[in-house]
Amino acid sequence: MNDLSRKTVVGVDVGGTFTDLFFLDEAAGTCGVAKVPSTKPDQSVGIRGGIAEGGVELGAIGTIVHGTTVGTNALLERNGARTGVITTTGFRDVLEMRRRDRPQTWGLWGSFDPVVPRDLRLEVDERVLADGSVHTAVDPDAVKQAAKILLERGAESVCVFFVNSYANDANEKVALEAVREVWPNPHITASSVILPEIREFERGSTASLNAYLQPPVGNYLERLEDGLREGGFGGQVLIVQSNGGVMSAKVARELPVRTALSGPAAGVIAGAYIAEAAGEPNIITCDMGGTSFDVSLVADGQSALTAQTSIDFGMVVRTPMIEITTIGAGGGSIASVDRGGLLQVGPESAGSDPGPVCYGLGNTRPTVTDANVVMGRINAERPIGGKLDRLDVEASKEAIRVHVAEPLGIEVMEAAEAIVRVANAKMAGAIRLVSIERGHDPKTFTAMPFGGGGSLHTGALIKEVGLARALVPRYPGVTSALGCVIADMRHDRVQTLNTMLDMLDLPALNKAVEEIVIEAEGLLDGANVAFEGVERLVEFDMLYLGQTHTVSVPVPDAMSGSKSALDTVKIKTAFEEAYKATFGSLLDGIGIRVMNLRVAVIGTRPKFDLALLAPSEGGSVEASRTGARQIWFDGKWWDSPVYDRLSLPVGAEVPGPAVLEQADTTILVDPDLTGTVDSYGNFVIARKA
Amino acid sequence: MAALDPVTLAVLKGRLEQIADEMDATLFRSAFNPIIAEAHDASHGLYHAETGETLVQGKSGLPIFVGAMSFAVKAVIDKFGARGMISEGDVFIFNDPYEGGTHLSDFKLVQPFYRDGKLFCFLASVGHWHDVGGNVPGNYNPVATESFQEGMMIPPVKLFSKGELRQDVIDIMQANSRLPGSLYGDLNGQINALRLGNDRLGALLGEYGADTVAGAMTELRDRAGQLMRSLIADMPDGRYSADDFLDNDGIVDEPLRIALDIVIEGETMTLDFSRTSPACAGPVNISRSTAIASCYVALKHVFKDVPANAGVLEPITFVIPDDSLLSVKAPKPVGGYTETILRIIDTVFVALSDAAPEMVNGCAYGTINALSLAGHRKNGQRWVMFSFFGGGHGGNPEGDGLNHGNAPISTATIPPMEILEAAYPVRFTQWALRPDSGGAGRHRGGLGAIYEIELLEEKADVFLFGERGRFAPHGVVGGRDAALNTFTYEQADGAHTPPMASKMVGIKLAKGQKVRLETPGGGGYGDVLERAPDAVAEDVRLGYVSAEAAAKTYRTIIAADGSVDTAATEVLRAESAQ
Repeated sequence: MNDLSRKTVVGVDVGGTFTDLFFLDEAAGTCGVAKVPSTKPDQSVGIRGGIAEGGVELGAIGTIVHGTTVGTNALLERNGARTGVITTTGFRDVLEMRRRDRPQTWGLWGSFDPVVPRDLRLEVDERVLADGSVHTAVDPDAVKQAAKILLERGAESVCVFFVNSYANDANEKVALEAVREVWPNPHITASSVILPEIREFERGSTASLNAYLQPPVGNYLERLEDGLREGGFGGQVLIVQSNGGVMSAKVARELPVRTALSGPAAGVIAGAYIAEAAGEPNIITCDMGGTSFDVSLVADGQSALTAQTSIDFGMVVRTPMIEITTIGAGGGSIASVDRGGLLQVGPESAGSDPGPVCYGLGNTRPTVTDANVVMGRINAERPIGGKLDRLDVEASKEAIRVHVAEPLGIEVMEAAEAIVRVANAKMAGAIRLVSIERGHDPKTFTAMPFGGGGSLHTGALIKEVGLARALVPRYPGVTSALGCVIADMRHDRVQTLNTMLDMLDLPALNKAVEEIVIEAEGLLDGANVAFEGVERLVEFDMLYLGQTHTVSVPVPDAMSGSKSALDTVKIKTAFEEAYKATFGSLLDGIGIRVMNLRVAVIGTRPKFDLALLAPSEGGSVEASRTGARQIWFDGKWWDSPVYDRLSLPVGAEVPGPAVLEQADTTILVDPDLTGTVDSYGNFVIARKA
Repeated sequence: MAALDPVTLAVLKGRLEQIADEMDATLFRSAFNPIIAEAHDASHGLYHAETGETLVQGKSGLPIFVGAMSFAVKAVIDKFGARGMISEGDVFIFNDPYEGGTHLSDFKLVQPFYRDGKLFCFLASVGHWHDVGGNVPGNYNPVATESFQEGMMIPPVKLFSKGELRQDVIDIMQANSRLPGSLYGDLNGQINALRLGNDRLGALLGEYGADTVAGAMTELRDRAGQLMRSLIADMPDGRYSADDFLDNDGIVDEPLRIALDIVIEGETMTLDFSRTSPACAGPVNISRSTAIASCYVALKHVFKDVPANAGVLEPITFVIPDDSLLSVKAPKPVGGYTETILRIIDTVFVALSDAAPEMVNGCAYGTINALSLAGHRKNGQRWVMFSFFGGGHGGNPEGDGLNHGNAPISTATIPPMEILEAAYPVRFTQWALRPDSGGAGRHRGGLGAIYEIELLEEKADVFLFGERGRFAPHGVVGGRDAALNTFTYEQADGAHTPPMASKMVGIKLAKGQKVRLETPGGGGYGDVLERAPDAVAEDVRLGYVSAEAAAKTYRTIIAADGSVDTAATEVLRAESAQ
């Protein structure tokens, strides 16, 4: 890979264990991958190491696209900045009161620790009413005074959050300016800038989490860029957002909350692209890691977007993001038998440290990975990842015997199979539920596993859910990095309108849309990235008068070039179509309300031909065979051939039982399934004819 | 049949629960009204063919419904099954609260599931409809003295007869609702959910065989029962009592006693409500099925790892005297049932705290606080702002209680204040945690809230239906009680409080006047003197507890710089300990 020219694009996904890189040189028609251990606390060290590992000169790189978990981890581990909030008198507890929920349905224990403690939430007199009128103007001196107190109390970043600022941001703007005059750094967030949308808790939470992330994400990106530039890098650094689009590093420093699900989003983008090329518009991506199983649905080539998510109880982030459902069923999920004699798998997890019993790092309770090791499905002599020399099969067996087999009164092998079956059933359940909630029949979908463990379980998922087939990408371990390379640049904006459809001020609305588009396109231009084209999507959240839940209403012909051409008829027609599609029939005679305007501006980046990834000519199934081992399926051992996955040629047929191994993934083909290598190098698993 | 292997059992447990989950998801997605679509005021499950007992429940069902649904199925079995009037393709519908529990807004659909011509089990769906007639839109009538004032009552009837939809039944219901379109949408959502459950269960039986699935259902119930029995057996035998009170019924200003004696004997438990007050005039009565359902909710909060099926109640015996407050018949009003069942749940926590202090928590805030402000806009249009408010959860063995949580019987969230201000002519002047409202203890109760609302239109009518105005939520294991619920409303001559504490109708509010609701926190857990002085200082620093309360209740002296005055505190605590 030394012949890469200056046009190299590098996708980088930094996970908890590994930093994955994908290199693409379109001009030369070559690509490559690299995988190196992630570095803590400074992930940028690992990234530079990975680029070196790939044999690419920093000076030869045009663009680095980065899916980062720095923000996600800061939220999960609660080690973001010490943050202060300046808010409206009477409302400092909004962030702590949430929407009056609780952590679990059953059991009334558990509490909530707000990211910004109560003594760092200060009030100033000001008030805007719901109609946008200013009831009490804000006094800039009072704001400065509050900011100074926050600084004295050690705040590194600050969020200004006033109620009803979605309806009129005048007071917030004055306060923002006042804070800027006294605040010693750029880590300042205003709620109406981040999310000018009605719902105070969701807006305040998103804005304060943004402020919480500004220092750690900002400092990290600065370190990353500085390090790269010192090494001779002269291109652009782009960051993947939770919505699956990218933004410039500069924007990411200001809006780090948009990176909350950066890494997983890139994986889904790649999954959609790979599947579409392979002629599969409907897929369900399944990412199995150490502690969790993440499922996302792509229908007709489009990934499902959701308006908000909770990173943890009460930690709400409201920005458009790719919808990913997570359940606690990963390789590290612990199997146990409860007092009623029922086998349980998860949600308790041994994670990756200490990890499964077979790692020998101190955990003695059996996990899903231990069951896979005992059944020969994971190669104990050649563990993926390269952290350990071999896995301790006997320790896994002993743990399963003590904690599962004996309490249930069954044999160890039977118990190992049981653990995997229960885990599979949980994963299958998540897939079915995601499909139903989105109104799809899972039978028309193809599973796409990625991550280290997903490919061990796909066969079972095909059978349990009734999926058509599974498609294992050529490099399942670097899917997210590949997604970085192809992701488009995307900027989403929302503005609450909250007015009756027939009261809409159309000239003002069209002007607002155009202003948003100009601002977002400015960001595209400023990023200095080549685009193939620009898409502008206009959508409204609408409802009938008296309802509280909205439907998303895309207006397909809203824009004519860069001019906004919205009118009441277009919006009404689009609403009725969307409403009918969701609820079946319309409610004639009831007024229609327009709650929010949503605009997305997408700069489409050039895609590459996935055929680049296909295996080179030559090779054969026989030549790819590296050996055989005993694997446990359905109550007995099966003599199963083992193949080197990457050397299997296009068109290769591999009937089960079989195992395919590659550096970061093990693919299992059950005895009743068979797999084929397609022309892109994907491995497609389906039932035997 | 042969004992089911443990692996198939574990897999089938997941598959069966999944069916209920998918039914929930189907209704949430297709329901019209936000009470179902957003607040998830619905539930689905599978029920025993002969007894109606709960076999399987979904994860997202509303807790009180989870407890009540088996009674709905039982009502259908009693009325139709006994007369051989249940056939394949039937679906029954009703909202009779005396038979099926809760209140008139909750419509139950019950569908027999047949396999090879034989009744295998029942599927059921319950959802809270937006308007079912009665004197008040939305059906919350705080001064109802008969159920006729609370809405239409549909006894168990056939909605489908052998697969044939009976449109006349729908016509009758629609004619009795202010929102017939909403009613129709929700009804269809529930029918869709049953249809999906029917398909999914059919497929599962096809895959595993009816005998295996039936065996698994029995086994799961037995194991839940076994788990319950073993947990009860760990508790010392004895009689454990708790008495609590409702302030009044909103009609007659007298406290109503809810008294529970729990008798634990070996691995069984009796819940005896014999000492409870007789039925009352106002709407805080409940039916026997609602009472048992609320005990189920309380027990599930304590025994949280026991699967949600009839096994939970298997070792439990109930003694609920006929015609007590907890076992009324038609037409006694039941619309305010939430207050009574919250009190039942509190008595279960308090009584069990002596038997198993490590398993319970202090009482939660214990009132739904239904507050309504209504009037007409300048253009004559009517507006009604109706909402429920939150409070604190109890301290527990693990830590302090949750600030501003939802009621134990529900999982509903509160509407954003910005949505309320955008929809109604009101301005919230405060939406805040309420200091000193959590019960003191080793682990403090969570804080209740302060909501203060100013009227922006010329005039409005206000009513409040709340509780805990005179009897505070209890602490447990030596923990102190939380603060009382308080409500004040402004008039031309100043601030007033309702004569019946937290219940009042007919308040006339003028422009610029405010109402102020201060809700209870949760009860404390454990002795206050065991709370670390540093934790008290932290509470004072954050404003959860005042310095005065720190000294008076926690016997902790906070110095001017916010730190603990250790010497003074030690002296004070030593005095208190004596």
